[in-house]
Amino acid sequence: MVLNCKHVWNHISDYIEGTLDPAVRADVERHLAHCEICSAVLDSTRNIIILMADDRVFELPIDFSKRLHARLDAVLASDVPDRT
Amino acid sequence: MTAPHPTAELQQEREAALIAAVLSGEREKFHELIRPYERQVYLTALSLVKNEAEAEDIAQEAFVRAYRKLGSFRGDAKFSTWLIAITLNEGRSRLRKENRATIESLDGNESDGTLTPAQLTDWHELPSEVLEREEIRLLMQRAVAELPATFREVVMLRDMEELSIHETAEALGISISLVKVRLHRARLLLQKMLAPRLKTAWKPEKKSGTKRRLSWF
Repeated sequence: MVLNCKHVWNHISDYIEGTLDPAVRADVERHLAHCEICSAVLDSTRNIIILMADDRVFELPIDFSKRLHARLDAVLASDVPDRT
Repeated sequence: MTAPHPTAELQQEREAALIAAVLSGEREKFHELIRPYERQVYLTALSLVKNEAEAEDIAQEAFVRAYRKLGSFRGDAKFSTWLIAITLNEGRSRLRKENRATIESLDGNESDGTLTPAQLTDWHELPSEVLEREEIRLLMQRAVAELPATFREVVMLRDMEELSIHETAEALGISISLVKVRLHRARLLLQKMLAPRLKTAWKPEKKSGTKRRLSWF
Protein backbone atom coordinates (compact mmCIF):
# COMPACT_ATOMS: atom_id res chain seq x y z
CA MET A 1 0.00 0.00 0.00
CA VAL A 2 1.29 3.44 -0.88
CA LEU A 3 1.22 5.68 2.17
CA ASN A 4 1.02 9.44 2.20
CA CYS A 5 2.76 11.62 4.79
CA LYS A 6 -0.26 11.74 7.11
CA HIS A 7 -0.43 7.96 7.25
CA VAL A 8 3.23 7.82 8.10
CA TRP A 9 2.87 10.38 10.91
CA ASN A 10 0.16 8.20 12.43
CA HIS A 11 2.63 5.33 12.57
CA ILE A 12 5.68 7.21 13.83
CA SER A 13 5.43 6.19 17.47
CA ASP A 14 4.73 2.50 16.77
CA TYR A 15 7.48 2.55 14.18
CA ILE A 16 9.94 3.78 16.81
CA GLU A 17 8.62 1.22 19.31
CA GLY A 18 9.16 -1.51 16.71
CA THR A 19 5.59 -2.71 17.19
CA LEU A 20 4.30 -2.09 13.67
CA ASP A 21 2.96 -4.96 11.68
CA PRO A 22 5.77 -6.05 9.28
CA ALA A 23 3.74 -5.22 6.16
CA VAL A 24 2.93 -1.72 7.42
CA ARG A 25 6.50 -1.27 8.52
CA ALA A 26 7.68 -2.07 4.99
CA ASP A 27 5.21 0.50 3.58
CA VAL A 28 6.45 3.11 6.04
CA GLU A 29 10.05 2.38 5.13
CA ARG A 30 9.30 2.67 1.43
CA HIS A 31 7.80 6.10 2.06
CA LEU A 32 10.66 7.20 4.32
CA ALA A 33 13.20 6.26 1.68
CA HIS A 34 12.04 9.04 -0.61
CA CYS A 35 10.34 11.53 1.72
CA GLU A 36 12.70 14.00 3.30
CA ILE A 37 9.99 15.59 5.43
CA CYS A 38 8.88 12.36 7.08
CA SER A 39 12.48 11.26 7.59
CA ALA A 40 13.13 14.50 9.41
CA VAL A 41 9.97 14.10 11.50
CA LEU A 42 11.14 10.63 12.44
CA ASP A 43 14.67 11.78 13.29
CA SER A 44 13.51 14.71 15.36
CA THR A 45 11.00 12.56 17.25
CA ARG A 46 13.72 10.02 18.00
CA ASN A 47 16.08 12.73 19.12
CA ILE A 48 13.48 14.13 21.47
CA ILE A 49 12.96 10.66 22.94
CA ILE A 50 16.71 10.47 23.53
CA LEU A 51 16.64 13.83 25.28
CA MET A 52 13.70 12.69 27.42
CA ALA A 53 15.70 9.72 28.69
CA ASP A 54 18.74 11.82 29.49
CA ASP A 55 19.21 12.31 33.23
CA ARG A 56 20.45 15.82 32.70
CA VAL A 57 17.13 17.09 31.38
CA PHE A 58 15.15 16.50 34.56
CA GLU A 59 17.48 16.43 37.53
CA LEU A 60 16.65 15.56 41.08
CA PRO A 61 16.52 18.62 43.34
CA ILE A 62 19.77 19.20 45.23
CA ASP A 63 19.93 17.08 48.41
CA PHE A 64 16.70 15.28 47.52
CA SER A 65 18.24 12.01 48.58
CA LYS A 66 19.59 13.38 51.83
CA ARG A 67 16.21 14.78 52.86
CA LEU A 68 14.40 11.61 51.82
CA HIS A 69 16.60 9.29 53.85
CA ALA A 70 16.45 11.58 56.88
CA ARG A 71 12.67 11.44 56.71
CA LEU A 72 12.76 7.67 56.32
CA ASP A 73 15.09 7.34 59.30
CA ALA A 74 12.49 9.03 61.44
CA VAL A 75 9.70 6.77 60.14
CA LEU A 76 11.78 3.61 60.40
CA ALA A 77 12.65 4.41 64.00
CA SER A 78 9.02 4.66 65.07
CA ASP A 79 6.97 2.50 62.68
CA VAL A 80 6.84 -1.18 61.88
CA PRO A 81 5.49 -2.08 58.43
CA ASP A 82 2.07 -3.77 58.31
CA ARG A 83 2.48 -7.47 57.86
CA THR A 84 -0.62 -7.93 55.75
CA MET B 1 13.95 -3.00 26.03
CA THR B 2 11.17 -5.21 27.38
CA ALA B 3 12.92 -8.57 27.29
CA PRO B 4 13.83 -9.89 30.72
CA HIS B 5 17.57 -10.26 31.12
CA PRO B 6 19.70 -11.88 33.81
CA THR B 7 20.50 -8.65 35.64
CA ALA B 8 16.78 -7.92 36.01
CA GLU B 9 16.26 -11.33 37.55
CA LEU B 10 19.18 -10.87 39.91
CA GLN B 11 17.81 -7.51 40.90
CA GLN B 12 14.42 -9.04 41.63
CA GLU B 13 16.00 -11.70 43.83
CA ARG B 14 18.04 -9.09 45.62
CA GLU B 15 14.93 -7.02 46.22
CA ALA B 16 12.94 -9.98 47.47
CA ALA B 17 15.70 -10.68 49.99
CA LEU B 18 15.78 -7.04 51.10
CA ILE B 19 12.01 -6.94 51.50
CA ALA B 20 12.07 -10.11 53.58
CA ALA B 21 14.83 -8.60 55.73
CA VAL B 22 12.91 -5.37 56.33
CA LEU B 23 9.79 -7.32 57.24
CA SER B 24 11.65 -9.50 59.67
CA GLY B 25 13.00 -6.53 61.55
CA GLU B 26 16.03 -5.20 59.71
CA ARG B 27 14.18 -2.00 58.98
CA GLU B 28 17.23 0.00 57.92
CA LYS B 29 17.52 -2.22 54.83
CA PHE B 30 14.61 -0.21 53.43
CA HIS B 31 17.09 2.56 52.53
CA GLU B 32 19.01 0.17 50.34
CA LEU B 33 15.86 -1.26 48.82
CA ILE B 34 14.54 2.03 47.50
CA ARG B 35 17.79 3.76 46.57
CA PRO B 36 17.67 2.70 42.88
CA TYR B 37 14.17 4.18 42.48
CA GLU B 38 14.48 7.65 43.93
CA ARG B 39 14.62 9.28 40.54
CA GLN B 40 11.74 7.26 39.09
CA VAL B 41 9.48 8.02 42.00
CA TYR B 42 10.37 11.70 41.91
CA LEU B 43 9.72 11.96 38.16
CA THR B 44 6.43 10.14 38.55
CA ALA B 45 5.36 12.68 41.15
CA LEU B 46 6.59 15.47 38.89
CA SER B 47 4.44 14.14 36.05
CA LEU B 48 1.41 14.94 38.18
CA VAL B 49 2.21 18.27 39.78
CA LYS B 50 4.82 20.15 37.71
CA ASN B 51 6.20 21.75 40.83
CA GLU B 52 9.53 20.53 42.18
CA ALA B 53 8.92 21.08 45.88
CA GLU B 54 5.51 19.47 45.75
CA ALA B 55 6.84 16.55 43.71
CA GLU B 56 9.51 15.99 46.34
CA ASP B 57 6.87 16.01 49.04
CA ILE B 58 4.74 13.45 47.20
CA ALA B 59 7.80 11.29 46.55
CA GLN B 60 8.67 11.26 50.26
CA GLU B 61 5.11 10.37 51.21
CA ALA B 62 5.06 7.61 48.61
CA PHE B 63 8.22 6.04 50.05
CA VAL B 64 6.84 6.26 53.58
CA ARG B 65 3.63 4.64 52.39
CA ALA B 66 5.56 1.94 50.57
CA TYR B 67 7.43 1.19 53.79
CA ARG B 68 4.26 0.98 55.85
CA LYS B 69 2.52 -1.35 53.43
CA LEU B 70 5.57 -3.31 52.37
CA GLY B 71 3.96 -6.48 53.72
CA SER B 72 1.29 -6.24 51.05
CA PHE B 73 3.78 -6.36 48.17
CA ARG B 74 3.17 -9.73 46.56
CA GLY B 75 5.87 -9.79 43.96
CA ASP B 76 3.52 -10.38 41.04
CA ALA B 77 4.45 -6.97 39.63
CA LYS B 78 7.96 -5.54 39.68
CA PHE B 79 8.80 -3.67 42.86
CA SER B 80 9.46 -0.52 40.80
CA THR B 81 6.01 -0.74 39.18
CA TRP B 82 4.43 -1.15 42.60
CA LEU B 83 6.31 1.90 43.87
CA ILE B 84 5.25 3.96 40.87
CA ALA B 85 1.62 2.96 41.34
CA ILE B 86 1.81 4.03 45.00
CA THR B 87 3.32 7.34 43.93
CA LEU B 88 0.57 7.95 41.39
CA ASN B 89 -2.07 7.17 44.03
CA GLU B 90 -0.43 9.45 46.55
CA GLY B 91 -0.20 12.30 44.05
CA ARG B 92 -3.71 11.85 42.74
CA SER B 93 -5.36 11.66 46.14
CA ARG B 94 -3.58 14.88 47.00
CA LEU B 95 -4.83 16.55 43.82
CA ARG B 96 -8.34 15.31 44.56
CA LYS B 97 -8.26 16.67 48.09
CA GLU B 98 -7.34 20.03 46.71
CA ASN B 99 -9.83 19.73 43.89
CA ARG B 100 -7.15 19.95 41.31
CA ALA B 101 -7.84 16.60 39.72
CA THR B 102 -7.19 16.66 36.02
CA ILE B 103 -10.26 16.01 33.98
CA GLU B 104 -9.34 13.25 31.62
CA SER B 105 -10.03 13.65 27.94
CA LEU B 106 -10.99 17.29 28.28
CA ASP B 107 -7.46 18.43 27.56
CA GLY B 108 -6.12 15.09 26.41
CA ASN B 109 -8.25 14.33 23.43
CA GLU B 110 -7.23 10.92 22.19
CA SER B 111 -9.34 10.43 19.13
CA ASP B 112 -8.72 13.76 17.56
CA GLY B 113 -7.47 12.91 14.04
CA THR B 114 -3.96 13.26 12.77
CA LEU B 115 -1.51 15.47 14.57
CA THR B 116 0.58 17.50 12.20
CA PRO B 117 4.22 17.38 13.22
CA ALA B 118 6.71 20.16 12.67
CA GLN B 119 8.16 19.67 9.23
CA LEU B 120 11.79 20.58 9.05
CA THR B 121 13.93 18.89 6.49
CA ASP B 122 17.25 20.07 7.83
CA TRP B 123 17.11 18.25 11.12
CA HIS B 124 20.43 16.72 12.01
CA GLU B 125 21.74 14.55 14.76
CA LEU B 126 22.08 16.10 18.15
CA PRO B 127 25.64 16.59 19.26
CA SER B 128 26.28 15.48 22.83
CA GLU B 129 27.17 18.97 23.95
CA VAL B 130 23.61 20.02 23.25
CA LEU B 131 22.52 18.96 26.71
CA GLU B 132 25.08 21.00 28.51
CA ARG B 133 23.06 23.93 27.33
CA GLU B 134 20.67 25.17 29.96
CA GLU B 135 18.47 26.53 27.22
CA ILE B 136 17.72 23.08 25.85
CA ARG B 137 16.92 21.75 29.30
CA LEU B 138 14.47 24.56 29.89
CA LEU B 139 12.83 24.06 26.51
CA MET B 140 12.37 20.37 27.23
CA GLN B 141 11.02 20.96 30.73
CA ARG B 142 8.56 23.57 29.55
CA ALA B 143 7.33 21.43 26.67
CA VAL B 144 6.70 18.47 28.95
CA ALA B 145 4.90 20.72 31.44
CA GLU B 146 2.66 22.00 28.65
CA LEU B 147 1.43 18.54 27.69
CA PRO B 148 -2.08 17.52 28.74
CA ALA B 149 -1.81 15.64 32.05
CA THR B 150 -2.79 12.22 30.73
CA PHE B 151 -0.19 12.45 27.97
CA ARG B 152 2.48 13.72 30.34
CA GLU B 153 2.06 10.77 32.69
CA VAL B 154 2.46 8.26 29.90
CA VAL B 155 5.41 9.90 28.19
CA MET B 156 7.25 10.41 31.47
CA LEU B 157 6.86 6.80 32.51
CA ARG B 158 7.72 5.39 29.10
CA ASP B 159 10.32 7.77 27.66
CA MET B 160 11.83 9.39 30.72
CA GLU B 161 11.74 6.56 33.22
CA GLU B 162 11.97 3.98 30.44
CA LEU B 163 9.31 1.61 31.67
CA SER B 164 8.02 -0.81 29.05
CA ILE B 165 4.62 -0.16 27.46
CA HIS B 166 3.27 -3.02 29.55
CA GLU B 167 4.69 -1.64 32.82
CA THR B 168 3.37 1.81 31.97
CA ALA B 169 -0.11 0.38 31.48
CA GLU B 170 0.15 -1.56 34.71
CA ALA B 171 1.34 1.40 36.77
CA LEU B 172 -1.36 3.70 35.41
CA GLY B 173 -4.09 1.08 35.46
CA ILE B 174 -5.01 1.67 31.82
CA SER B 175 -4.95 -0.55 28.75
CA ILE B 176 -1.90 -1.10 26.59
CA SER B 177 -3.70 0.33 23.57
CA LEU B 178 -4.53 3.51 25.49
CA VAL B 179 -0.88 3.81 26.53
CA LYS B 180 0.12 3.55 22.87
CA VAL B 181 -2.38 6.17 21.72
CA ARG B 182 -1.38 8.63 24.43
CA LEU B 183 2.30 7.97 23.90
CA HIS B 184 1.97 8.59 20.20
CA ARG B 185 0.16 11.87 20.67
CA ALA B 186 2.51 12.99 23.42
CA ARG B 187 5.56 12.30 21.29
CA LEU B 188 4.17 14.12 18.28
CA LEU B 189 3.10 17.06 20.43
CA LEU B 190 6.61 17.24 21.86
CA GLN B 191 8.06 17.02 18.38
CA LYS B 192 5.77 19.81 17.23
CA MET B 193 6.66 22.05 20.16
CA LEU B 194 10.33 21.22 20.32
CA ALA B 195 11.68 20.51 16.86
CA PRO B 196 11.51 24.12 15.63
CA ARG B 197 12.83 25.50 18.92
CA LEU B 198 15.59 22.96 19.33
CA LYS B 199 16.67 23.67 15.81
CA THR B 200 17.23 27.34 16.56
CA ALA B 201 18.60 26.72 20.04
CA TRP B 202 21.14 24.38 18.62
CA LYS B 203 23.29 26.04 16.03
CA PRO B 204 25.53 23.45 14.46
CA GLU B 205 29.16 24.10 15.20
CA LYS B 206 32.09 23.24 13.00
CA LYS B 207 32.96 19.58 13.27
CA SER B 208 34.92 19.13 16.48
CA GLY B 209 35.05 15.36 16.41
CA THR B 210 32.83 15.04 19.49
CA LYS B 211 29.64 14.33 17.60
CA ARG B 212 27.74 11.49 19.13
CA ARG B 213 26.29 9.00 16.76
CA LEU B 214 22.81 8.06 17.84
CA SER B 215 22.38 4.35 17.67
CA TRP B 216 18.96 2.84 17.35
CA PHE B 217 17.82 -0.55 18.48
